Amino acid sequence: MKLVIINYGAGNIKSIQFAFKRLGIDAVLSNNPEEILAADKVIFPGVGEASSAMKMLEESGLADLIPKLKQPVLGICLGMQLMCKTTEEGNTKGLGIFQTDVKRFDHSVKVPHMGWNVIKDLKSDLFKGLKENEYMYLVHSYYAEHCKETIAKTDYGLNYASALQHNNFYGVQFHPEKSGTEGAKILQNFLDL
Amino acid sequence: MLTKRIIPCLDIKNGRTVKGVNFVDLRDAGDPVELAKQYADVGADELVFLDISATLEGRGTTLDMVLRVAEQVNIPFTVGGGISSVEHVDQLLHCGADKVSINSSAVKRPELVNELSNKFGSQCVVVAIDAKEVDGQWKVHLAGGSIPTDIDLFEWAKEVETRGAGEILFTSMNHDGTKNGFANEALAKLSETLNIPIIASGGAGNVQHFIDTFELGKSDAALAASVFHFGEIPIPELKKELKANHIEVRL
Repeated sequence: MKLVIINYGAGNIKSIQFAFKRLGIDAVLSNNPEEILAADKVIFPGVGEASSAMKMLEESGLADLIPKLKQPVLGICLGMQLMCKTTEEGNTKGLGIFQTDVKRFDHSVKVPHMGWNVIKDLKSDLFKGLKENEYMYLVHSYYAEHCKETIAKTDYGLNYASALQHNNFYGVQFHPEKSGTEGAKILQNFLDL
Repeated sequence: MLTKRIIPCLDIKNGRTVKGVNFVDLRDAGDPVELAKQYADVGADELVFLDISATLEGRGTTLDMVLRVAEQVNIPFTVGGGISSVEHVDQLLHCGADKVSINSSAVKRPELVNELSNKFGSQCVVVAIDAKEVDGQWKVHLAGGSIPTDIDLFEWAKEVETRGAGEILFTSMNHDGTKNGFANEALAKLSETLNIPIIASGGAGNVQHFIDTFELGKSDAALAASVFHFGEIPIPELKKELKANHIEVRL
């Protein structure tokens, strides 16, 4: 199993690498297109601000590469948001893999949405063995609107897509690497795809 | 529904936990990694490590500790204590810390909050505020609460929110160590005037205090040290009680 975590300068990579290490997999950090193409599975992480993250992806050529990948790809947090059509954060055009837009939470709720919340209406092998309403750790100020690719839902002021899937592309708004043993199950399920 | 969070706080000196920790089933109660793992297993929602090392060497061992915690612990954690530069935060985040907490350094140079949130995102910037109520006025204190300032708690909290803080960790000096409950009136005022999560700190003594700070204090999270470290309030029981009182928690 060759697992590559795309390294384009966006945050929490160490935590993701450690989470897979706890599952017995040594993930490789890379921004090398050949290495990413040759991987069995790819993680597309991201923490930070959307427009600057997108700029880094464009400058490195990864913005063209990622949508063409054929192996399972898992976007986490901002990674998932950048796989959508657009995001209101910095009025950024995303990779367009998921046919939905990312909006900012309004002021009826505290922003960021920070802490443990449940995911429900689970519809993917990614969630094999998980109960409905399992708690996951989330930290975000923007959310993806529902679309036909929604595979998990979460309520925070409104109901939004906390996970998405289109063919080999998966995206989760929460941090499975920080969500205890249930989060680790999701990472294991991704490895098993 | 988003849950209320229970956060044990560990004081770290030269890479070891200080303050007596009396925890069953630990091979080494002074090892922050062991203690952190134990807390994650019993249902803590997050952890805060407060570095009270006085020397550079001591701080260096903390980086190594952060790396080991990130390696072995599967819940989020914050590191605070003596952080005053973007470079230092960069190092901590690269070692796997999820958030950092800044306190006196933000008062001395408020631009630090902007710099950190612009570079790393608001989600990882916690501003810790120690304040004391004197004659009905809440004044910010520095250096672990030892140096009073003229700064008003509520104005300062609003300012750091505007500058990009993602969360406020408010410790009441009047309540800290008393075990008489949290500063719920001030906490509720913070929660109502700000639109970012508020962590209550200082005063936890029994389960009712936690219920009160979530209900009356409108806190988003509650932090405590000794009641957890000495097993006075076991986290699973605390969470069961909160749930029984219709407070949303992760069980």
